[in-house]
Amino acid sequence: MKDAYDVVVVGAGPGGSNTARVAAEHGLEVLLLEKRPEIGAPKRCGEGFSVNGAKTLGIKPDPRWTINEIWGANIVAPNGRRVSVRYEKQVGWVIERKMFDKLLAIEAARAGAEVLARSEVVGLVMQDGFVRGVEVERHGERLTVEAKIVVAADGVESKVARWAGIDSTQRLVDIDSAYQYEMVVDLEEPDMLDLYFGNDIAPRGYVWVFPKGKDVANVGIGIGGNVSTRTAKQYLDEWIAKHEPFNEGRIIEVNAGGVPVGAPLEKLVANGLMVVGDAAHQVNAIHGGGVFEASFAGQLAGRVAAEAIERGDVSEAMLMKYDREWRAARGEILHRIYKLRRAIEQLSDEDLNYLAEQLTGEDVVAFANGERLGKLAKILMKRPHLIKAAKELM
Amino acid sequence: MPRKVDYDLCMSCGGCVGVCPFLALTLEHGIKLIVDEERCTDCGSCTRFCPVGAIREA
Ligand SMILES: Cc1cc2nc3c(=O)[nH]c(=O)nc-3n(C[C@H](O)[C@H](O)[C@H](O)COP(=O)(O)OP(=O)(O)OC[C@H]3O[C@@H](n4cnc5c(N)ncnc54)[C@H](O)[C@@H]3O)c2cc1C
Ligand code: SF4
Ligand code: SF4
Repeated sequence: MKDAYDVVVVGAGPGGSNTARVAAEHGLEVLLLEKRPEIGAPKRCGEGFSVNGAKTLGIKPDPRWTINEIWGANIVAPNGRRVSVRYEKQVGWVIERKMFDKLLAIEAARAGAEVLARSEVVGLVMQDGFVRGVEVERHGERLTVEAKIVVAADGVESKVARWAGIDSTQRLVDIDSAYQYEMVVDLEEPDMLDLYFGNDIAPRGYVWVFPKGKDVANVGIGIGGNVSTRTAKQYLDEWIAKHEPFNEGRIIEVNAGGVPVGAPLEKLVANGLMVVGDAAHQVNAIHGGGVFEASFAGQLAGRVAAEAIERGDVSEAMLMKYDREWRAARGEILHRIYKLRRAIEQLSDEDLNYLAEQLTGEDVVAFANGERLGKLAKILMKRPHLIKAAKELM
Repeated sequence: MPRKVDYDLCMSCGGCVGVCPFLALTLEHGIKLIVDEERCTDCGSCTRFCPVGAIREA
């Protein structure tokens, strides 16, 4: 580790590793810091990732993480009614997320970034209203590292942005509380994702069964952070106890987590600082997917960082280019999806059952991507007590 | 009174760190959750969020 870099990236998740790789490819001197002993582990993820997402990001599928093909999904309403969609071609994978994250960090290192695990950023160096570096704690030593730009890719904890004065606190109404098992269990349809909805099953969220092969599954739950005094673990254990064959599943991994499902931050930059990924609340608020979003934002941040440093201007005004381009590419869509989340959380189980009768699987997938919302609004309009929710969508 | 972590339950997920409005929590090395007793206002947000019920009133 040197005393000074062009860019210091805090956190080696998909957001940080993509930022570091792209910035290094542009010839910048980059330091990527991760506080955990092992990049990628423990994972906090359902591990769903789409083929289109990989294409857009230019990430080449690698058999070390593309461990199971996904061709469609079953969405299960509270009364058990299934709305299914199976596509003509493969649409995604359930990935080995630990390997995925680790390979992204390896790619960053290969591009020339310095990567350091078990190195924790504990504070920022501020001067004249600019972020000028970080304080790092590494194996009992405390060091100061200068940076022209610091990238806050520190995930759901999101402290770096807050140290710099951007309020990225995860409000309870806008975070999901999640819990998850990886288990060995015989699966009926190993190429389909299963999602179970219901206010008693998973208030403001869902239970997922994402197959990692014929007999291994990622089984988890997300519930609204403020909706129940019972924990996510209690809800998931109750669901598993009632559902064969999962009640006989052999548990090989246990994880918990928080998923930002609010609107993206109103401002993604400050003087000498860019915020990326979960730290910036760049997540799909309906399904909670953030691997693609963090990676996409990271690549954009890496490009803008290179341009800013080339021009010798790391002011907020210059870095706003990242903010503007991100909003045009992803921000508007994510905001629409956030509004959909706010509408859907007003629905009772009876409303959800009604929707399941009116919708196709294609519709549900389209909604989750922020499309066909007009159709959803029309269906909600038919129920007087849902007119308010419908209007919020339009 | 500041909140207390039950280390037998805590999964080190970091969600509560993001939720705490007072920056009173730190997940050291991504492993050990520390409550800064000076900063904690006992607001209860972390307890409300925790997926496993690992943060208690003192
Ligand atoms: C239970 C669960 C299920 C999910 N399922 C899916 C899914 O199926 N598909 C999907 O696409 N997304 C899913 N997500 C969301 C996805 O995991 C996140 O959106 C994604 O990891 C965000 O990437 P990131 O790089 O922003 O943050 P992270 O991947 O969280 O990386 C942040 C990193 O920063 C490190 N860090 C934090 N503070 C510091 C510090 N001070 N110094 C150094 N390092 C630091 C952390 O240790 C961490 O490694 C899920 C999330 C959860 C919790
Ligand atoms: S939310 Fe709960 S499990 Fe996660 S780090 Fe905090 S106390 Fe531990
Ligand atoms: S009680 Fe409130 S202030 Fe104290 S640690 Fe929890 S969230 Fe932070």
